[in-house]
Amino acid sequence: MKALRLALTGAIAGAAMLAGPAMAQAPGSPTLDAIRARGTLVCGVNTGLAGFAQPDSQGVWRGFDVDYCRAVAVALWNDASKVRYVPTTAQNRFTALQSGEVDMLARNTTWTLSRDTSLGFDFPAISFFDGQGFMVKASAGVRTARDLNGATICVQPGTTTEQNLTDWARSNRIRFTPVVIERVEEAVGAYVAGRCDAYTTDVSGLAATRSAQPRPAEHQILPDVISKEPLAPAVRHGDQRFADLVKWIHFGLVGAEELGITAANVQQAAQSDARPDVQRMLGRSGELGQMLGVDNAWMVNIIRTLGNYGEIFERNLAPIGLQRGPNALWTNGGLQYAPPLR
Amino acid sequence: MSTSTADPRQNSAGPPRRPIRLSWSDERLRGIVWQLLVVGVVLAIAWWLWSNTVHNLEVRRIATGFGFLDREAGLPIGEALIPYEPTDTYFRALLVGVLNTLKVAVVGVVLATILGTLVGIARLSHNWLLSKIAGFYVELIRDLPLLLQLLFWYTILQSLPGPRQALNPVDGVFLSNRGLLLPFIEWMPAHNWALLALVAGFIGTLMTARALRARQYADGQPRKIWPAAVTLMAGLPLLVWAALGAPFTPDVPALRGFNFQGGLIMTPEYFALLLGLVTYTAGFIAEIVRAGILAVNQGQWEAAQALGLRRGDILKRIVLPQALRVIVPPMTSQYLNLTKNSSLAVAVGYQDIVSIANTTLNQTGQAIEGIAIIMLVYLTISLSISLFMNWYNARIALVER
Ligand SMILES: N[C@@H](CCC(=O)N[C@@H](CS)C(=O)NCC(=O)O)C(=O)O
Repeated sequence: MKALRLALTGAIAGAAMLAGPAMAQAPGSPTLDAIRARGTLVCGVNTGLAGFAQPDSQGVWRGFDVDYCRAVAVALWNDASKVRYVPTTAQNRFTALQSGEVDMLARNTTWTLSRDTSLGFDFPAISFFDGQGFMVKASAGVRTARDLNGATICVQPGTTTEQNLTDWARSNRIRFTPVVIERVEEAVGAYVAGRCDAYTTDVSGLAATRSAQPRPAEHQILPDVISKEPLAPAVRHGDQRFADLVKWIHFGLVGAEELGITAANVQQAAQSDARPDVQRMLGRSGELGQMLGVDNAWMVNIIRTLGNYGEIFERNLAPIGLQRGPNALWTNGGLQYAPPLR
Repeated sequence: MSTSTADPRQNSAGPPRRPIRLSWSDERLRGIVWQLLVVGVVLAIAWWLWSNTVHNLEVRRIATGFGFLDREAGLPIGEALIPYEPTDTYFRALLVGVLNTLKVAVVGVVLATILGTLVGIARLSHNWLLSKIAGFYVELIRDLPLLLQLLFWYTILQSLPGPRQALNPVDGVFLSNRGLLLPFIEWMPAHNWALLALVAGFIGTLMTARALRARQYADGQPRKIWPAAVTLMAGLPLLVWAALGAPFTPDVPALRGFNFQGGLIMTPEYFALLLGLVTYTAGFIAEIVRAGILAVNQGQWEAAQALGLRRGDILKRIVLPQALRVIVPPMTSQYLNLTKNSSLAVAVGYQDIVSIANTTLNQTGQAIEGIAIIMLVYLTISLSISLFMNWYNARIALVER
C-alpha cells in the first residue's frame, strides 16, 4: 500500500522523464492518438462515491462522473464499454493525470486557478456546480456551521475542502481540530464512529455519503455552504483538441436537454425533427463531429446510450437525494448553459 | 590476478608496477577505457532524463523549483510539536511533518526494543504457558499485514465512548474516542531549564558510572551508583526548578463544548500508529533476541550455573552481553523498518512527513520536489540510525576477549 502510493506519486517523475519530447510538441492530439492506438479510454474516477462513481454489484462502474467517461468512449467508438476506470484518491489524482497514467479525470474535481495553471491542467467545462458543506449527527444539536466552534472535523487531504475549511475557520474565528484521513471510507468511518463531530466535503459528496449510511436520517447536512466548487472534468494542459472534445460533449449534453432530445426520442428526432439546430447537433447537416475529430453521429450515439444532461443527472444523482438547483438549465433559472453547437 | 596466491610476505609490497602500454592488449588500459565508458553512459542517461524532465514539465506548464516552500500552506494539521497555524509556510508544515515522524519513530524504536526483548526472552522461558503465549504472539503479529493491524487498532480506539461518556478512571484522566487525556502542568521556561538539567544530570551519571567502574577494575570493590544518579538526575533538575521560582500550575483537562481542553493529549491517530508499529516490530525483534540468546554457547550457561548464579543474573550478566553482538546488526534493520513503516500513518490519519508532503505536492503540483523531500528526510533519518547503530556495534564488539 505504502509502496503503491509512493509508486503512484513517483510515476509522474518517471513518466515526465521518459515521455519523448517530440510527442508533446506534435500537432494534433497526442492524447487522442494514444487513446485510439490503445483502443480504450483510461479515465480517473474516485474510489467509490455513490451517484458519482461506484462499481455496482456486477462490478460495472456507474455514476455521473462515469457517464462522462463513457460519453467520450461513445463519441470515439460508439461503445460505452471501452473505458478502463482507475480509482484515484483526492491526493493522488493529479499525479495520475500529470504522469499520463490516466487520459482524463472525471472525479468531482474543483476547477481552481492554481490547478489550471501551475498543475498543468485544463478544465473544459463545469459539469456540476457545487459548494462545500458540513454533515453532523442529527442528535448532536448543531444547527448551523457556526455552532461547530471547538469541534473535531474529519476531512480528506489533497482537496480544496481542507483549504476552504481553514479559510472559513479563520474568517469566522472558529477553532477546530482537524482529523485528516486519505481514504474516503476511513474518513467517513471516523466521523460515523464519533471520532469527529462533523465531516466536511462538497455538498454532493455529503449527499452521496449520507445516502450510503444504513440510517441516513441520523445524519444531517447543515444549511451552510462555505465555498464554490465548480466540479469539472480535467485534462492535461496543451492538448487542445482533446480538451475541445470533452468540452463539447458536455455542451452537447446540455444542448440536447435544451432542445428536448432524450434517449427515447433521439433516433426519431434524427429522422424527422426539422429544426436546424437539432439537425446540426445530430449530424444530419453540417460536420460538427468531424470538426472535433469524431463521427458526425457522435451526439446521436451519446444521447442514445446515456441520455441528455438532465437524464444523466436524474439517473445518477436523484437517487442520492440531489436536486438540480444551480445545475438546472439556464432557461429554468440554473447555471447550465451551452454555447451554440454550430 | 586471482591466481596470486604467492608468499604472504610479498603482500605488503603489492605487485610490481609497470607502465601502461597504449595497446588494447594492455589489461589496465582496457579497464580504464571500460570504466570511462560506463561512467560516460550513466552521465549521459542522467543528463538526458534531467533535460527531458525539465522540458516536459515546461511543455505541460507544470511549475518547478522549491519556491513554494515559503508560500502559505493553508493546510490543517491536527497535532504538531511546534506551534503551527494554517497561515504558516509549507516549509513549516513540512517541518511539523518531520517532527511528527520522529515522534512516532523514536518512541516506537524504544518501546519496540523493550517489548521485543521481553517477548524474545519469554519465548525461551521454562514456563510452558509463557513461552507458548510469546510464540503465538510472534507468529500472529508477523503474519498479518501491518496496514491491517493499524486499521484494526484505529477501529478499536474509535469504538471507545464519546467525550461526554469518557472513561474517567482517576481524577483528571479521560479516555474517549478523542484520545487519552492526562493532567499536566502549564509549561514555562523554568521547566525547559529543569529539563536541560535532567539531560546534564544523565550525562553526569554516565560519566560517574564510568569512573566508578574504572575504580572497581582497579581494586575489585563494587561501588553503588544510585546515590550519584539520584542527586544528579532528580536533585539537580529540582534545584534548578526551585531556583527559578518553582512554577507549578496544574493543567487539568476538562470537557468544554465538543472536546476536552487543557492537559496532555495522546490522539487515537498517534496511539494507533504507535501501537501498530511497536507490536509489529516487536514480533521481529523478539525473534532476533531469541536467536541472539540461543547463539550464546550452552557452556556459558553451565559455567555460570556452576558459579551459583541465578537464572536472571546469568541472563543479565553473562548471556545478554554476549548475545548483543549477534543481536545488534539485525536490530538496525528493524529500526529502519519501523521508521519507514511509519509512512503508513496517513491511513490512520496521523500527519507524518509523507502525509504532509503528499498534500503539499497535491496542492502545488510539484511531485518531483515533493518526492525529493520525502526521500531526503527518510535518507537522513535512516543514515543517522545506521551510523549510530554501527558506532554502537563497534563499541560492544570491543568487549570480546
Ligand atoms: N471538489 C474537491 C473535493 C473532491 C473530493 O475528493 N471529494 C472527496 C469527498 S466527497 C471524494 O470524492 N472522495 C472519494 C475518494 O476519495 O475516492 C476537490 O476537487 O478538491
